[in-house]
Amino acid sequence: MPTNLTFDVSRRELLIGSASAALIAGLGGWSADAAPPQRDGSVRLTVNGEERTLELDNRTSLLDALREHMHLTGTKKGCDHGQCGACTVMVNGERINSCLTLAVMHDGDEVTTIEGLGTPDDPHAMQAAFVKHDGYQCGYCTPGQICSAVAMLDEIEAGMPSHVTPDLTARPQASEAEIKERMSGNICRCAAYPNILAAITEVEGARA
Amino acid sequence: MQFQKPAGPNPTDRQRVLGKPTPRIDGPAKTTGTATYAYEFNDVAPNLAYGYILGAGVAKGRITSMDVAAAKKSAGVLDVVTYKNAGEVKNSDFNTAPLLAGPDVTHYHQAVAMVVAETFEQARAAASLIKVGYQKADGAYELAERKDSASVPKDDADTRTGDYETAFANAPVKVDVTYTTPAHAHAMMEPHATIALWEDGNLTLWSANQMIEWGKQSVATALGLDPSKVRMISPYIGGGFGGKLFIRADAVLAAIGARLTGRPVKVALQRPLVFNNTVHRPATIQRITLGAGEEGKLLAIGHENWSGNLEGGDAEQSPAATRPSYAAANRLAVTKLAVLDLPEGNAMRAPGDAPGSMTIEAAMDELAHELGLDPIELRAINDTQVHPESGKPFSRRKLMDCYREGASRFGWSKRSMEPGKVRDGDEWVGMGVASAIRGAPVMTSAARVSLRGDGSVLVETDMTDIGTGSYTILGQTAAEMLGVPLERVEVRLGDSNFPVSAGSGGQWGATSSTSGVYAACNQLRTAIANAVGVDANAATFADGRVSAGGEAFDLTEAGALTETGEVTFGGRGDEHEYFTFGAHFVELGVNAYTAEIRLRRMLAVCDAGRIFNPTSAKNQVMGGMTMGAGAALLEELVVDPRYGFFANHDLAQYEVPVHADIPQQEVIFLDGEDPLASPMKGSGVGELGICGPSAAIANAVFNATGIRVRDYPITMEKLLPRMPTV
Amino acid sequence: MKSFTYERPDSPEAAVKAYQRARGARYIAGGTNLLDLMKLEIERPAHLIDVNRIGLKKIEETDEGGLRIGALVTNTALAGDERVRRDYGVLTRAIVAGATGQLRNKATTGGNLLQQTRCPYFYDTNMPCNRREAGSGCAALEGHSRMLAVVGTTDACIAQNPSDMNVAMRVLDAEVEVLGPKGARSIPIEAFHLLPDEEPPVKEFALRPGELITAVTLPPPVGGKHVYRKVRDRASYAFAVVSVAAILQEDGTGRVALGGVAPKPWRRPEADAALPKGSKAVADVLFADARPTDDNAFKLPLAERAIAAVLADAQR
Repeated sequence: MPTNLTFDVSRRELLIGSASAALIAGLGGWSADAAPPQRDGSVRLTVNGEERTLELDNRTSLLDALREHMHLTGTKKGCDHGQCGACTVMVNGERINSCLTLAVMHDGDEVTTIEGLGTPDDPHAMQAAFVKHDGYQCGYCTPGQICSAVAMLDEIEAGMPSHVTPDLTARPQASEAEIKERMSGNICRCAAYPNILAAITEVEGARA
Repeated sequence: MQFQKPAGPNPTDRQRVLGKPTPRIDGPAKTTGTATYAYEFNDVAPNLAYGYILGAGVAKGRITSMDVAAAKKSAGVLDVVTYKNAGEVKNSDFNTAPLLAGPDVTHYHQAVAMVVAETFEQARAAASLIKVGYQKADGAYELAERKDSASVPKDDADTRTGDYETAFANAPVKVDVTYTTPAHAHAMMEPHATIALWEDGNLTLWSANQMIEWGKQSVATALGLDPSKVRMISPYIGGGFGGKLFIRADAVLAAIGARLTGRPVKVALQRPLVFNNTVHRPATIQRITLGAGEEGKLLAIGHENWSGNLEGGDAEQSPAATRPSYAAANRLAVTKLAVLDLPEGNAMRAPGDAPGSMTIEAAMDELAHELGLDPIELRAINDTQVHPESGKPFSRRKLMDCYREGASRFGWSKRSMEPGKVRDGDEWVGMGVASAIRGAPVMTSAARVSLRGDGSVLVETDMTDIGTGSYTILGQTAAEMLGVPLERVEVRLGDSNFPVSAGSGGQWGATSSTSGVYAACNQLRTAIANAVGVDANAATFADGRVSAGGEAFDLTEAGALTETGEVTFGGRGDEHEYFTFGAHFVELGVNAYTAEIRLRRMLAVCDAGRIFNPTSAKNQVMGGMTMGAGAALLEELVVDPRYGFFANHDLAQYEVPVHADIPQQEVIFLDGEDPLASPMKGSGVGELGICGPSAAIANAVFNATGIRVRDYPITMEKLLPRMPTV
Repeated sequence: MKSFTYERPDSPEAAVKAYQRARGARYIAGGTNLLDLMKLEIERPAHLIDVNRIGLKKIEETDEGGLRIGALVTNTALAGDERVRRDYGVLTRAIVAGATGQLRNKATTGGNLLQQTRCPYFYDTNMPCNRREAGSGCAALEGHSRMLAVVGTTDACIAQNPSDMNVAMRVLDAEVEVLGPKGARSIPIEAFHLLPDEEPPVKEFALRPGELITAVTLPPPVGGKHVYRKVRDRASYAFAVVSVAAILQEDGTGRVALGGVAPKPWRRPEADAALPKGSKAVADVLFADARPTDDNAFKLPLAERAIAAVLADAQR
C-alpha cells in the first residue's frame, strides 16, 4: 500500500466527508497562524536502528504501521485488542502491545521488533534458545514471546516487582514463577509454555 | 504405493535422523519473524486493498434492508460486498452455514458484508456505516432445552453389543451420571486470513488453511470455478486445531471482493468476530452408565451423547472415547443431534474423543471410588487387547504400560485413596489419572521428492504445518530414506500446486504425510540406483552416497531426478484396530478459601509406536495437555439464549491458559514400533495429549476436595457451596 | 473507528485549551483502553489530544508526608517506585495483579482511574447497553453476568469496575487532582467513581467536561500490613472475580475495600470498623444492599472467604 495514497485519500475525506463538515466547524477556534490538526500526518520512527518517516492516517496503530506500511510482518496481529501479546515490540526499550497504541503517538520513538533482534543467520540469544528448546509450535505468537522475554529479563534486572514477588522491598529473582507470571501477557494457544520457559531460563542463566 | 502390513525392514529402521530429538527446520524463520503467514504476502501484488467483514447483528432471521450508501461514499472505499452483488456463493460439503448471509441469516456474526477499501482503517470505518435491518426469527440455542428433540443423525446409528439393558440393571455396582461440556473455541493465535488475487481468470489464495486440497475444492465450488483455476497457498499457519480445516468467510469474501474491485484483497477476521463467525466445538450432554461386579469387572458400559448443530450439521461423537476403551460384554453407544441456531459446530482438536474422554474417564474415577479401588487398578482389570465392539486386536495397545511407567515416575503411590485428606498450606491437594485414547487414522498422501544436481534434496507436498512439526518430520523422512543430512533437505509445504497430501487433521497428518514422502523416496532411490547403474534392491543410501555390490557413488553422480509418490492404506485391511494410547497424571491444589484451582504437576506417558521427532511430538502432547487444562478449568463459550450468540467473544472473556497456569509438564513416550500402522512403524500424537487431561484434572479435584463437579469447566462457583467452611 | 484529528500539546494547560477548542475531543494517554473501545465503535472521538508529552510523570513527596503521583506515571513505574513498595504496598500489589507487563508499561495512573467496565454487552454494539447508549436497556441484567457487579447496581446497569489499582487507591484514601476549563480541583477517590442512577444515562466518573486528571495524591502512610488478594479463574492476565485490598494493623483494626463486585471500588466505613469481628461481619456490612444475579451470587460467599483468607494471612 503506497503511503502517499493513504495521505491523499484521507485529505479528501477531511474535505468532503459529511461527518467532517461538522468537525471543521468545530475546529473554528484555531487561529489563522496555527494550522488545525489533521487526520493524517508525518510520523518519524527509528525502527530497528533505521530512521523511517511515514505518512499515516492518524488511526494507524503502531502494529499496522509496522506490518502494513513498513512490511515488517514479524510482529503479529493476534487480537488487535491487547488480549494476546502477539504484537509485543519494544519502544524505547520497554515492551508494549503495539496494537493498542497509535503510530502517531510515537513520533521520535525507537522501536525494536523481532526483525531487529536477529536474523536466521545471526540470531539473538533468545531466538536461538527458542529454536533449541522448541519454544513454539505454529510460530504465530513467537515473535511477541521473544520480544517480551528479552524486555522482561531487563525488567527483572531493573528490580521491578511482579505479582509473585514475595517481598516487595527486595530485589526479585528470575525464578520460574517470576518468569511465568511476567510472560503471562503472551498467550501461546499451541501451549509451548514449558519449552518457552526453558529457553528463557537458559538465556537468563547465561546473562547472570 | 499401497502400504502392506506389516511393514518389513526398511530404510527408516536405521533411525539416524528419524526418531532423534530434532530442532525444527522452520525454527529460524519462525523465531526471526521471517516465516510468512497468509495476511503477510505483501509482495504478491503492488496494489493490495483491504477487506473488513461486518457480522450479522442477529442470530436468526432475514435481512430486510441494507444501506451501504454511506459506506460506499466513505473515504477510500472501493466497493461493498453483500449478497446482492456477490453472485451465487455455493456451500461445499465442507460447510454447513453459508459463508455470506443474505437474505437469510443463520447465525450471529455471520458475514453480511465486506467493505473493500484502500486501507485497513478506511475499510473498518466504512463497515460501521453499513445499516442493516433485520426481521428476527425465533431460534433454538440451548442444548438442554432441545435435548428431547434430538434424533440419531444419519451415519451415526447406535452401537450395541450384548444385552446392555439387562446387564446394567443387574450389575451389583453402578455409576449412572450425566456430565456436560460447554462449547469451546479453537482460539488459535492467528485469526483466519486470506489474500485473494485474480489473474486471467485464475484465482490464487494465500489463506490460513489446514487442508489445502479441500480448501481449493471448496473455493471452486463456492465460486462456481473449475478447481484447476484455483490455487491455494499456505506455507505457515498460525494454529488451527480444526478451526482451519475448512474455508471460512475470509477466503470466499476476499475472492469476491477482489473480483468486484479488480484489486487483490487481503482480509483477516477481527478477533471479536472469530468466535461467532467461524466454528466451535459443540457443547454436549453426556450420560455415562457403568455396571460392574464387586471386584471391578465391568459388565455394562453405556455412553449417550447429545449435541446440537445447525440443520445439516454433524454431531459431536463423544462416545468414540468409550467404544474402544474398556472391556465389557454389554455396551451401548448413542449419539443424538438437536437442531440449534448457534454458529456452526465443527471439529476441534480430537473431536468426539476430547469431550468424550472428559466424561468416561471421570466416570471411571467415580466407579473406582465407589468400589474402593485404585483408579489405575480399575483400568487394569478392564484393559483389553481387542476392540470391545469388533473383537479385532488393536495393532498396538500399551495402555497399562503407560500407567505403570507413569505411576512410578509420578509417585502415584503417595495419593490418598480417601479424598479431601491432603492439605498443604492454604490448598487441598489431590492427584488424578485418566486414560488417553485416540484413533490413529490414515489418509492417502502424496509427495514429490527431487534430488538436485548438487546432491541436496527437495520435498514438495501440499501438507501443512500448523505447528505440528510437519516441515521437520518430512525432512527427517527424506534425509533418512536418502542417506543425506537433514541440512541437505529443503521442504516446501502448503501449496495446491504440490502433490495432494493427507493434510493436517484428525491426528492422521504425521503418519500419512511421512508415509507419502517415504513412498516418493522409495521411487527416487530406485531412480538414483538406476542412474548410477547399481541394483536398486541391494543399494544402501548413507552419507550422501549410494552403494551396492562394493561400488559407491556420490548422489551428485545420479544427476537431477524427481519422483512423485503416493501412499494408500488399503493394505492395512480390516483385521486390526488402530489407536494411540497414553496415561495422564495430574497433581493440583484447590484453595481452601476461594476454591481457585492451580495445577502443580502434569505427566503424560504416551505410546504410538515410533515417534518421528520426539522434540515436536512432546511439544504437541504438552499443548494438548494445556488445552485440556483449559477445557477442565477455564474454557466455556457462554450461550446467551435471548440473543442466540456466544456472549464472551474475545480473548479477554474467553480465557485460555496463560504461562502462569501451566506447571511442570513431563511427556514420556514408550519405546517400540507399530509395523501394522504404517511404513513409518508409528502414528501421530497431535491429539492424544488432549484426550484425558481434563478428566485427570477433574479426578484430582475430587481427590483434593471430595467434590465431584460434572459440569465443565470446574470453576470456583461450582465448588464453593460444597467446600468446607474456613 | 471513525477518522479523527490529532494534536499533541506540551502542557496540561494547553491540553485543556485544546479540549475547549475541538468538538468531540478525548484525551489519550496510554491508550490501552480507549483505543480498544474505539476499534469497536464504543468510543467515537472526533479529536484526540495526546497528553503523553505534557509532563506529569513524577512521583513527589508532599508536604504532608504523602505522595503526589503524576497522572502520566505508568502503572509499571508506580508499582516499582521504592516509596510505594515500602509504604503503600497494597498499591504495588494491586497494580501488578492487573493486566500484563506490556499493558502496565503503557497504562497510566490517570487512565487506570478511567478504566471502563468489562461487561460483555457493553463490548458488543449489537446489544442493548445503557452505559454505552442511554435508554437502550441493560442486556446484562438477565444475561451473562458472572463477572459483573453484585452491589451498588440498579436496573439501569450492573457493570463492574474492573480495575485493581482503583481498589488500592480507595483503601488508601487517595485524592484525584484534575484541571479543567474552570480551573483545578481535587476529588476524593470515593466520590470519583459513580454508581448508576435508577434511570439512564449511566454517569461513570465525577469529571466535568474537559477535565484532565493531573495527579493522584496519597495521604501519609498508615503503616500496617498491606494485602491485595485477587481471586480469578486464570492465574494471571485475568480480571478479578473478586478482589480484596486491605491494610491491617496489629491490633486487628484496619481498612478493607473490594474489587470486582461493584461499579466502583467498594468500601464502607462500617466494614472497616467490623474488621476485628472477622470476615462475616465485614461481608455482611459490605453486601447489606447486594442485589446479585443468579450468575454472580457466588461472589458474596466468595468475597467473604477471600476476606477470611486475607485476615488469616495477616495473622501469620
